[in-house]
Formats: sequence, structure tokens, C-alpha cells
Amino acid sequence: MKINHPLLGPRDASEFVYLGDANLINRPNAKSETAAQEFYDYQYLRTNNPGEHKELWFHEQGDRSWLVVTRNTLTHEIKNVELARNIARARS
Amino acid sequence: MSLVDQSRVLNFTFDGKNYQGFHGDTLASALLRNKVSLVGRSFKYHRPRGIMGAGSEEPNGLVEIHKGKVCEPNRRATTVKLFDGLEAKSQNRFPSLKYDLLSVNDLFSPFFAAGFYYKTFMWPRSFWEKVYEPAIRRAAGLGRLSHAADPDQYDKGFLFCDLLVIGAGPAGLWAALNAGRAGKQVILADEDFHMGGRILSDNPEIAALSGHEWVAQILAELSALANVRLMPRTTIYGVFDHGIYGALETKTDEIGGANTRQVLWKINAERSILAAGATERPIAFANNDRPGVMLASAVRTYANRFGVTCGSNIAVFTNNNSGLETNAAHIIDTRQAHYVSDTMGRHRIKALRLVSGEKIRTDCLAVSGGWNPNLHLTCHKRGRPVWDDALACFKPDPKNLPEGMSVIGAANGSFSTIGAFRDAQNVLMDDQIKCEKPPNVDHIDYEVSAFWHVKSKKRAWVDFQNDVTAKDIELAHQEGFSSVEHVKRYTTLGMATDQGRTSNVVGLAVLAEATGQSIPQTGTTIFRPPYTPIPLGALAGRHKGQDFKPVRQTPSHDFAQEQGATFVESGYWKRAQWIARKGEKGWRDSVDREVLMTRNSVGVCDVSTLGKIDVQGRDAGKFLNKVYVNTFSTLKVGRCRYGLMLREDGMAMDDGTCARFSDTHFVMTTTTANAGRVFRHLEFCRQCLWPEMDVHLISTTEQWAQYAVAGPNSRKLLEKIVDPAFDISNENFPYMGCQELTICGGVRARLFRLSFSGELAYEIAVPTRYGDSLIRTLMKAGEEFEVVLYGLEALGVMRIEKGHPAGNELNGQTTAANLGLSGFVSKKKDCIGKVLSQREGLAAQDGLALVGFIPAHSGGKITNGAHFVEKGAKAIPENDLGYMTSVAWSPMLNSYIGIGFLKDGKNRLGQIIEAKDYVRNNHLEVEVVSPHFFDPEGGRLRG
Repeated sequence: MKINHPLLGPRDASEFVYLGDANLINRPNAKSETAAQEFYDYQYLRTNNPGEHKELWFHEQGDRSWLVVTRNTLTHEIKNVELARNIARARS
Repeated sequence: MSLVDQSRVLNFTFDGKNYQGFHGDTLASALLRNKVSLVGRSFKYHRPRGIMGAGSEEPNGLVEIHKGKVCEPNRRATTVKLFDGLEAKSQNRFPSLKYDLLSVNDLFSPFFAAGFYYKTFMWPRSFWEKVYEPAIRRAAGLGRLSHAADPDQYDKGFLFCDLLVIGAGPAGLWAALNAGRAGKQVILADEDFHMGGRILSDNPEIAALSGHEWVAQILAELSALANVRLMPRTTIYGVFDHGIYGALETKTDEIGGANTRQVLWKINAERSILAAGATERPIAFANNDRPGVMLASAVRTYANRFGVTCGSNIAVFTNNNSGLETNAAHIIDTRQAHYVSDTMGRHRIKALRLVSGEKIRTDCLAVSGGWNPNLHLTCHKRGRPVWDDALACFKPDPKNLPEGMSVIGAANGSFSTIGAFRDAQNVLMDDQIKCEKPPNVDHIDYEVSAFWHVKSKKRAWVDFQNDVTAKDIELAHQEGFSSVEHVKRYTTLGMATDQGRTSNVVGLAVLAEATGQSIPQTGTTIFRPPYTPIPLGALAGRHKGQDFKPVRQTPSHDFAQEQGATFVESGYWKRAQWIARKGEKGWRDSVDREVLMTRNSVGVCDVSTLGKIDVQGRDAGKFLNKVYVNTFSTLKVGRCRYGLMLREDGMAMDDGTCARFSDTHFVMTTTTANAGRVFRHLEFCRQCLWPEMDVHLISTTEQWAQYAVAGPNSRKLLEKIVDPAFDISNENFPYMGCQELTICGGVRARLFRLSFSGELAYEIAVPTRYGDSLIRTLMKAGEEFEVVLYGLEALGVMRIEKGHPAGNELNGQTTAANLGLSGFVSKKKDCIGKVLSQREGLAAQDGLALVGFIPAHSGGKITNGAHFVEKGAKAIPENDLGYMTSVAWSPMLNSYIGIGFLKDGKNRLGQIIEAKDYVRNNHLEVEVVSPHFFDPEGGRLRG
């Protein structure tokens, strides 16, 4: 596989480390009344739908960017690659 | 005119006998040149076998290549390029190829039909493992490994191109030439050592030249193009995601030569053109496996390319017009209702019989059952081929090809030379690449009439390599295996090293006949990588022996080696485990001495392998509050603090110390094992969770050499090397202090007053380039104190004596509460893992707690991994009270000591329980004690 790094261009997948669902960016608020349930959902529950999947990859053998990769889990087609930092910033 | 150079004679041996071939020969062509028709014995029945094909599809001609003790089994003689001194041996025979004892299997063949093993070796059950399996394993298998180390060197590499052309027959050559002329970056790969494909074999007239001359002319032009890379002997073995192709390039077949033998390439191609040609298939008829029965295309290859005639009286048995191109004395054409019913001859065909009863004398029967496109690579991304009735073969599905791939020529079912050229032209024009009008060539259309199997009571081979006959397939069907996937597994059809290159479609057709269905109704064949077998050596590349993985050496490695250190692997690191002195009888002697010398005076240990992460920024303190359970924003400049990190699920991830050098600058240490993981985690926190914070991270593990200097004389030793401008007295540099200073007259250093050993202790760090010099300076300066260099074992003993948790305790299943560190968890702030660590099951008051253990009776030996039960209780999971994590012999206490996790441990101090170790069969009573065995008040480290 190749991942089209937004800053560095296409790089071989072997340079990256995979983490998992990109929803891990959305860490719940610990002060919420339902924090225990929210953290449980955040930590353990995934929908695992086949098809398009947003996921986190770390460019460990590269510039250390965390990326959000939109990959089709059925075809491995990669539709979009974004800096996780930009997504996290837009959220807050 | 053949393509071998008769002026360059090459000597080789086969089964110990000397032969000569020519430069340009394969081992197969050289054997045929020497009239060697018997080259091996078949897998199951040990039938005599000869060369059948001329390329990588060869099912019969498997040989061993030898050099000294090294042997490479299962090499196809048709793809081994002959070299001087080649030693080859036949396989699967004993005592000799001509007189093989196991050929008795052939007489018992009625018993060895499909499913024989399943039906026969059923009872008694106790015989499965002890009798049947060893006996079957001895008889089974093709080829034998020599068990000698592979002496060769293999490499790996990456290549990039606009266009990858796979196969250098007429279609591939024409596509590569025109794309190359248009300036594209082209790679042309072909598995053969001579490019040209079937043109070399059939030598048709092209553009008023002989085929051989035309190929030479095209190759000369391609070689002159700087943007074209020609890769002969390179098999594209797999298609992977995003335009990545796996390729195996063979540089030489010679074992143990001076140069790299094979290179495994990862080719990144924007576009690819598959022009892999087609493979001729046999027809199933009785005794169609005798030496001398060959594929018609192979007979022409040996004649035209190698100048070898495969017989003096050749007969052709064909169902299509390509077979008729073979120079033969007899033509048996199924389209005229002529069929071969049987063959005769022991070690070689002598005659054949027709269904009409007529007997024809022949020494070579050239068979053509039609052609199968080599569409394997089109299936590697789940593409399924489609059946073409007119061509009687599967073709690639143009709607379902790997991204960026086009298929042309015979691989696409265009079985004529002109068709190959036109396909190439069409694909290039679709890509807006200018393509010259194809050269003039005779136009012959391929005509085939599907015919697969001459029915007979005798055995007719379908899969030659796995000895599967038409009867086996029919039997499988009778027994209810009607799905092609089941038939394959029951009969082993197509499951040999050739992956059914010549047998799959014929087998499918025989099954279709048996089921009364059409071939597409019966099923299809799909192919997975690799196209041809890849040696494990090539997959390993240079990663073998000491290069299997990288080696990281500590800054004091050379010094420790000079002192006679024994090293232990810790990840990629090599760390000194202990440093033996003369007269010491075992490792324990050395470790005990290192501990005692350190505790009595001073010792030095290399701790550079601990992960070091530089944390800087206005929000650095705030950031550390988020990742550690305890608070760091309040840490004063010039101070260190112990920190514990959790995973988000509440389990302990790592621990270490963190020092503050300024308002905006912290230096964190991690355990050796988790250095990479913690850094990745911190980057995740920084980029994904708190991107608004002003904080920056960089790993400085390799930039600093760091030594622990421990023991009552450690300050005195350091005072000798720290520059006088800096005060490290107890008053001005207390426990948990840190400062930047200079040593040895101006060398920049960092000094931390940290203690893992429980002694008055420091860690001193200098830029790595001074590491070797610093260890020598410390050891020299410490001579007056009898300073000792201590290793990882002594470090471990001292930390167990102090009850400090390490890797064995931070095992991914323990919480802050288990570790006795719940007091560290700040109540005032959120941090990673805090919410989930408060879950009921993890925060239970009577949960596992870290405590210490000593043998209840003197002389007992504690072992780690032991599980605890109440005295007299049975060692069953219901009674489990916890487990021992770390043990050591304590020279200070003169006893074995251990730490571990015990249910409600803090309330059990003083109790006697049992430690059960069924791995070592070591069971003993232990007393539960505080984990702080030595100097529990900590007076020594503050002194």
C-alpha cells in the first residue's frame, strides 16, 4: 500500500504504524456526568462497517505526523489523507 | 539458426555423469541435447518422467542443484540457465533414477487413488501419530533440503516507473519499444534469460527478418534507450495494492558464487501492461506421462531456440492448428476424429496406439490441448477470469483488472503474433502514446476445437506433478466432491509447486464431463501470489545471521567488552548483564560482588538505553499533567519527579522520571522497552487530543550517554570530575535534584540525583560522543574507592531489594492501585486512563497488590511465575491469589527475595502462603513481607 502524505507525497505503507479508528481523536470530556460510559464507548466500541473507514496512521519512519486516512476496507482504495492535527483543531 | 553459442562449451553433471552443453542452454535443453530423456520420478507412483515443457510451467523436470554440502531442491530444469560446473541430481528415486524401489507403488496404484490416505489409515486411532504419520512423511514430499546454511547473498530494492511491461514476447516488446520511444520511464520484465517469448520458439518471419533477428534488433534499440530498464530473468510474482508489483530477479543460478544471487524488488508503477503470454496444456489420455510425451510448443522451442530435436520420429496429437506448426512425421488431429488411446515404452515412449487400434512407432509425442492465457496476475486483486467458448479457455475479465493494468497479446487470448502487436498498439493509443504501425507478419488465426480427455480404463494424467489422473477426479465426483474447490483438496489437483499451470483447466474440464455441466458452470480457477515459487532466502534478503535485526550498542559497549562483560539483548540493545572477574565460578558470583561493591562504596552502570524525550513549550507542564497520573506543572525548575503513565483503559503503560530544566523545558525518561511506544503515544496526545497546546517533543535517547553512579561514595567520585564552579553538596543538590553543568574542564553534562538502587545515587548524562571517554574517566577517578562497573543483573537485584516495579510488574495487566501507586494519581485533574482506571473491578480494595516474599523456611528458592494459594489449598484457578513477578538472590539479606501481586496483599503482611511453580516444579511456603526489603526508610538515598 501507499499513503499519500499531505506534506510528503506518496510514501510506502511500511513507513507507517497503524492505530485504529479515527474516532480516537474525539476523546470524551472527563468532567461529563456520564464520563464513565462515554469513555467506555470511546475505548472499546467500534462499528467496523465494511467499506469506507477513517483510521489513524502514524508516520513513524518519517515526519511523525499522525494522519487520518480514509480507506475502503473492501478494496484498499485510499480516498483521502489528512493531518490528524488539522481535524483535531477544527473540532475544538 | 538456434540461439545457443556452440563455441562456448559448458560442462555439467547430472546424477554424477559428465555432460556438455552450450552457452544459452537451459539445463533441460542441455539434457535433451545429450539424449537424456529420463529426468525424475513422479511424486506418488514413482513413474519415470521426462521433460514436458520449456518454461516455468514445467511439472516433471524437477531437479536438485548441488554445490558441496548445499543443495537446492525442486528447481525446474527448464528455467535453470546452464553454467559451467553445474551439478544436478534427479529427485524422488532410490537407489537410482533407472531402478527406483518405490516404483512398486505404481503396481499398487489401484489402492493409491484419490482419498487413499483418508480411507486407509483410519484405525486404530492410536496409530495415527506413531505409525501412519511417520511412515507417510518418509515416503512423501518432493526433494530434500540439505540442512546446510544457504551460502548466498540476496538483496532487496525499490523501483519506480511510468509503465511496467510484464513479459517480453511480441506484445510486450512492441508496447515497451513504443512507450520507450515516447519518453516514458519503462521497465520491461521477463522471467526468461532471453527476451522474445514465443518468437524465439517459433521464429516466424517479422518485417522481412527472421524472428530471432527481429528480436535482436528490437532489444538493441531498447537497450539504447536510457528511460527503459530491461529486466530479464525477472518474474513479476504478485500484484499488490496501489500499483505495487513484487518482482524476483535472478542474477545467477550458481550456488555460492561471488555475487548477489537474487534480488526481490518492489516495483511502483503508474501503469502496467500484462503481456505474459500463454501456456499450452496437455490432453489426458492413457499413459500420457511417459518420457518423450511433451508439449508441442516445447518441442518447437527446443528445435528453433536451442537447436535440439526431441525425437527422430515425432508424432503430434493436437486439437488446434498451433500444434500443426510442429515439424512431425505423424499428425493426429482430434478435429479429424483421430485420437491417441495409449502409449508404450518403459523409460521412454516407443510407440502409441490410436483409438482406431492403429499402432504408430514414435520416440516423441508432441501434444497440444490448446492454450491458456497466463492471466494469473489479473486475479491477485480478486479478479475472476471469464470463459471464452470460441478459444476454449479462460480470459481475463477486462472489467475486473487490478488498477492501472491492461492485458495484451496471448495473455488476453490474442494468440497470433499480429494480434499481439495490435493489442499493444491499441493499449498505447488509449494512453495517448504514439505507436508505430505493427511490422508485417504472416497472419494465422488460432483455431481450436475443445477436446480434453480420451476416455480409457487406464490412467490418464491430468496433474503430472502431484500424480492426479482423470480417474481420481471422476472418483472424487462419485464420492460427492462436486465443487471444484473440494475436488482440488481431495485429489490435490493443482496443489503442487507448479500450482496447476498445465493441469487446472484440464482438471476442470474432466470434472465438467463427470458432472455433465459446462466448464464455466463447474467453476473457475483463481490464482494467488506468487506466480512461481520464491526462495525463502530472497524474502529474507540481507536479514540473516547478525544482520537479522539491527544491533544497538550502548556508549560504554567497547569498555564493557574490554572488561569481559556478558551481554544480553534488550530489544535491539545489547546491554552488559554482568562483568565477570578472574576466579568467579558463575554469574551469581559476579552479580553478588557487583551489588556488594556498589552498596559498600560506589558502582557505575550504563543506563543510556532508557528512552529520553525532550518536552518543550509554554504548555509543557500542562501537557505532562495530561499524560502522567501525577502533577508536573507544579514541579520546580531544577527538580525531578517520578511519573506513572496509564493507557486510556486504565492499565499502567510506563513509568520513569521527568526533570525540569526551565519553565518550558522538561526531560522525560521511559523504560528501555517502551521508549518507542511512549513517544508514539505522546505524539498522538499532542497532535490528536490537545493540538491547541504549545508543546514539542523530540526523542533524544541516542543523543545522550547516561550513567548511573550509585553507592555511598558516589558524590565523592562525582566531585572529582564535576567542574568546581558547580556545587553538588547534599544541601545544595538534594535528592531528586537536577542541573546542567560542566565536567572535566568544560564538557556539557546533565546531572540528576536519582536512585533506582536505593543508594545515594546520581545519573550523569553527556553528549553521546563523550560517552566512551566518560566511562573511562569515571572508572579511573573511582579507583581510590574501588569503583565497580555493574550490569543489568545487579541493577535488577538492587531494584528488587528496594521493591521498585519494572517491566515484569508493568506487564499491561496492572493498575496504579495494583502497583501501590494509587497515591500518585492526582485527584485534581484528568489524565489519560484516569476515568477507566476507576472502574469497579480495577479499583477494588482487595485487589492485587504488590508485596514482597521471602522463603518461610531458610534455604528455600523462590522462582518467578509461581502462583499463590492459601496454605494447604489445591493449586486450581479458583484458589489463585496472585503471582510472583520478579525474584533475586539478595546478597544483602542473604536470602532469595521476590516481589509479586497478591490479593489483598497489604493486609496479609506476615502471613505464610504457598507459592506453586508447576513450570519448574518448585513449590514452597513463603512469608508475605513489605516489598521494601532493604533500607525501607530510604535513609541511604537522602544521605
